[in-house]
Amino acid sequence: MASTAAAQPGLTKPGNNSLARRLRGGDEVAWLITLLFATSVLAVTALLIGELWLGSAASREKFGFAFLSSTMWNPVTDEFGAYPFLYGTVVTSVVALVISVPIGVGAAIYLSELAGGKWSDALTFLVELLASVPSVIYGLLAIFTIVPMMREFIGPALKSSFGFLPLFQGPVYGVGYLTASLVLAIMIFPYIISVSREALMSVPREQREAALALGATKWESTWQIVVPYARLGIIGSIFLAFARALGETMAVTMVIGNDNNIHTSLLSPGNTIPAILASEFNEASGTYHPAALIELAFVLFMLTLILNGCARLLILVTTSKGSARA
Amino acid sequence: MKRPILAGALLPLLFAGAAAAADTINAAGASFPAPIYQKWFEEYKAKAGVAINYQGNGSSAGIKLLTDGTVDFAASDVPMTDEQIKAVKIKPLHFPTVLGAVVLTYNIPGVAAGLKLSGDTIANIYLGTTTRWNDPKIAADNAGVKLPATDIVVVHRSDGSGTSGIFTDYLSKVSPVWQKKVGAGNSVQWPAGLGGAQNAGVAGLVKQTPGAIGYVELIYALQNKMSFADVKNANGKFVTPGFDSVTAAAAAMTKEIPDDFRVSIANGPGDKTYPISSFTWLLIPSQIADANKKKAITGFLTWMLADGQKDAQGLSYAPLPAAVVAKEKKQIATIK
Repeated sequence: MASTAAAQPGLTKPGNNSLARRLRGGDEVAWLITLLFATSVLAVTALLIGELWLGSAASREKFGFAFLSSTMWNPVTDEFGAYPFLYGTVVTSVVALVISVPIGVGAAIYLSELAGGKWSDALTFLVELLASVPSVIYGLLAIFTIVPMMREFIGPALKSSFGFLPLFQGPVYGVGYLTASLVLAIMIFPYIISVSREALMSVPREQREAALALGATKWESTWQIVVPYARLGIIGSIFLAFARALGETMAVTMVIGNDNNIHTSLLSPGNTIPAILASEFNEASGTYHPAALIELAFVLFMLTLILNGCARLLILVTTSKGSARA
Repeated sequence: MKRPILAGALLPLLFAGAAAAADTINAAGASFPAPIYQKWFEEYKAKAGVAINYQGNGSSAGIKLLTDGTVDFAASDVPMTDEQIKAVKIKPLHFPTVLGAVVLTYNIPGVAAGLKLSGDTIANIYLGTTTRWNDPKIAADNAGVKLPATDIVVVHRSDGSGTSGIFTDYLSKVSPVWQKKVGAGNSVQWPAGLGGAQNAGVAGLVKQTPGAIGYVELIYALQNKMSFADVKNANGKFVTPGFDSVTAAAAAMTKEIPDDFRVSIANGPGDKTYPISSFTWLLIPSQIADANKKKAITGFLTWMLADGQKDAQGLSYAPLPAAVVAKEKKQIATIK
């Protein structure tokens, strides 16, 4: 505010700075209104943290930090622990990223650097269309196509070729961690493409031209100059996709198998934090069951917060000469 | 829970508008009997001119809203505990409305219909100790049926539900091991298997997965023409679930039904009894201050016990036995 007033000394006559007079100039009104809107972001965040903190009080007092490592989830005896859900959430999201990052970044490079104008526009339109499909549709798609495929083909194939790894052992039900990861991968790769493409497109023309002028091939210029220059945006797109995968509820609930025990095998059923919240909140009764569910929501919130912190850190560490700065 | 977080915070907003507009009565709770409640309230509105809003958002949610005083009455698939009753300002009365049952549906390659299961076997399957369809214990109950050596895939509800409540209550009664290891509740710690959301999720997983067994409401199984197992009752007879065998389960228990109607009829006596049966209840405050509302609610209860019961079978619910109806009529008179 001070800077606004200082920047425009001509608008206010000296000695006449009563509020009413100052409000007459539109700048102050606009400043107040937009400030109000901006603080609503703060208010919502504070409300969210406050509500999660207060709502989980009973659970936090009873279980303490053991909540994070306990594998119990027994509404009958009121013993709760977050570990199986935390594990499921992180595993499905990480596996989804492993699948979708190469595809997403590769497609973005093609769309921004290699594809022709109309072709690129058409594909970009489709990518944005995919990004806006409601998740329940992906869930249904998964139930009717990915689950049977997983049970009949992918699961048995993985078992016979990688069965020596504990990750691919045990019975194949069709639903499970890997199925959820596949659905998540399909859901998040449009985000990676969309945001990475924007980042690649905004690399200045001069960078490319300079590389080409120095004798680099088209691919060398793309891979060694353009992609590193745009890496902030690409990393950003990956973290955006990760955050979305962590929080995805409907599609995961439909295909993860909803088993509250931990299994090493990716072919086994499991559960995630958003999925158990969607499943159990409505019928949770007593003191501790709802409180434990709210604490799970709090844990998920903290997880995304930590993730955002890591993203910042990564950007800070990798920012060097020749790349765009945050 | 005193602080209503999600449903509790949103529903009053929805209801506030309706309540202000007219003399509407609001109710919420069990989703399983919601179709028949909607039909009853509609018919009763046409007859008596009283509108009753019903939100089928789940038994626990209904009890929460009743405790907060947000709704005029609630509905539940499981009776309230003493603790829950104490938390409500005006003591609620339980009124059984119809009967429901939980049936076991299966997908066994080569066995299209006619599977028979005893309670102990069901408990062992859900405990994860019986793992193959050709297990001698299952075979003993199914002479003449060729059971394959397929692995059993156990399917349960992933969402908290009165259906799971009825099923786990039954398992706790037939299996001491189940009672000790798992217990009964709308959500429990399942020792084995996959979870599906709602009846449809369980039915879908069973249909898709060879070797699967799951439990759904009788109504859902009938409407979707699914095959379900005969279950051995306490008298040692295998009974096919259906309206008659479910009503019979309640009739056989009439003498044991306490005055407050809070009773589980799972694994009850009687040759014709289907053992995984249960009442579903309306929870009505024992004192209703508003004279108009009192007249409307007691009027509805009286109508429901007489004419309303006739709708039950048409919507695939088992009607109450006559003795229970007579007993409930006496309880209506006690509402002040």
